[in-house]
Amino acid sequence: MNLSSFIDVFHAWPSLLNGLVMTVMLTLVSSFLGVVLGTLCAWGSLKGPKAVRWFIRGYVEFFRNTPFLGQIFFIFFGLPALGLRLDPVTAALVALTINLTAYACEIIRAGIEATPAGQFEAASSLGLKPAQAFFLVIIPPAFQRVWPAMTSQLVIILLASALCSQISVAELSYEANMIASRTFRNFEAYIVVTLIYLGLAVLFREMLTWVGRRFVYGEFATGAQR
Amino acid sequence: MTARILFAAAIGLMATLGTVPAVADALDDIIARKTLRVAVPTDYPPFGSVGTDMQPRGMDIDVANLIGEKLGVKVELVPVTAPNRVAYLQSGKTDLTISSLGKTEERAKVIDFSIAYSPFFDAVFGKKEPPVKEYADLSGKTISVTRGSMQDKELEDLAPKAEVKRFEDNNSTIAAFMSGQVEMFASGTPVAAAIKRRNPDLDLELKIVLANSPCYVGVVKGETRLLDKVNEIIREAKANGEIDRLSVTWLGAPAGELPE
Repeated sequence: MNLSSFIDVFHAWPSLLNGLVMTVMLTLVSSFLGVVLGTLCAWGSLKGPKAVRWFIRGYVEFFRNTPFLGQIFFIFFGLPALGLRLDPVTAALVALTINLTAYACEIIRAGIEATPAGQFEAASSLGLKPAQAFFLVIIPPAFQRVWPAMTSQLVIILLASALCSQISVAELSYEANMIASRTFRNFEAYIVVTLIYLGLAVLFREMLTWVGRRFVYGEFATGAQR
Repeated sequence: MTARILFAAAIGLMATLGTVPAVADALDDIIARKTLRVAVPTDYPPFGSVGTDMQPRGMDIDVANLIGEKLGVKVELVPVTAPNRVAYLQSGKTDLTISSLGKTEERAKVIDFSIAYSPFFDAVFGKKEPPVKEYADLSGKTISVTRGSMQDKELEDLAPKAEVKRFEDNNSTIAAFMSGQVEMFASGTPVAAAIKRRNPDLDLELKIVLANSPCYVGVVKGETRLLDKVNEIIREAKANGEIDRLSVTWLGAPAGELPE
């Protein structure tokens, strides 16, 4: 192998770029939905009626203890048997979001449980409704406590999106596989794409750190944890 | 000045060493090891699948055993998927790839091919509806195919407007069709026949033939002695009817004329 063997890979830059855009789209959409739904699930699992609590517990246990590949195959290949047919990109987004929601729920729940009960009681005594108290008083400091953990989880989702190539979603890994099978430059294709993932992950982490400074610890912050 | 010449010579030497592959004869290695490592499919009946005894079985497995028997060595079967069967050979993880492998210009750049051992037609399969008369009828249709397979390349050349969904192995390609995620799938005639045998009621028919692409044994590039030996064994098996017998067993018809 020498440098010239990378040329075949670089020639395919338009498909790498398309794959990159798809990977970024999958990551951003599922991250946003996953954090929002994860927060709602955390609320439900702590304050909801018993049935809701049990349902969320079951859901979290199931999706945190089964392989993501199995989940994505089930959603793409299995659901049609139940009459629900999703196209590859939708199936990928659903799989990523459902998986992330389960993890995000646990992370946020940990943050809430670390918040002293007195804070919630104080909010109630000021006349805030439970939902107001939860989202205005409890959630901001809870997020501050767990934002670093959340950041890692979101980076994991970025990397896990590579598995979407298995159901023919044309993201970065899919394009790398394509280049490898067209040119037989397996090593070269995978090393280039691995470096792109590395760059993406570092950028994404920096972006989340910025989001954290601006929205989690910044002007909306009510607690003192930093 | 002398230092510079020496330096240049050293660079030249390194460049030469870097480009010439290590000289070790694969055939001698196999005999010494008493084992022939063969990459075979396990997701591609009737060429290779896993039987009820959990052992690989099929046309390709029998050809691997035939070659091992003639060489007088044990056969170690290495299950591979379509996208990585050439890479296994390239990286020296196996001595041969017997995995219903068709001959393409790109593949011939990185591995050597034996003479053909089995007939194979690539085609697009699907339900009775809609009818497909010519390649243009495939435009806009969703078709699943295994990445890096012959059919992948052929679809791209013959039906560039088809919406091709690429999967990592043959099972996923077929599963995509069976679950209704795609309208059609591209594969080999023997594969579709095997599916039909298992599911007689399935609405499945051949829509259009993509190519006639017989199967060849893949050999590590540059191993001429091993290649000659494999060719000799296949030629003999063709002459004494062994290949036809295997073809009748697995593919349901004699092998017929195969290209050298």
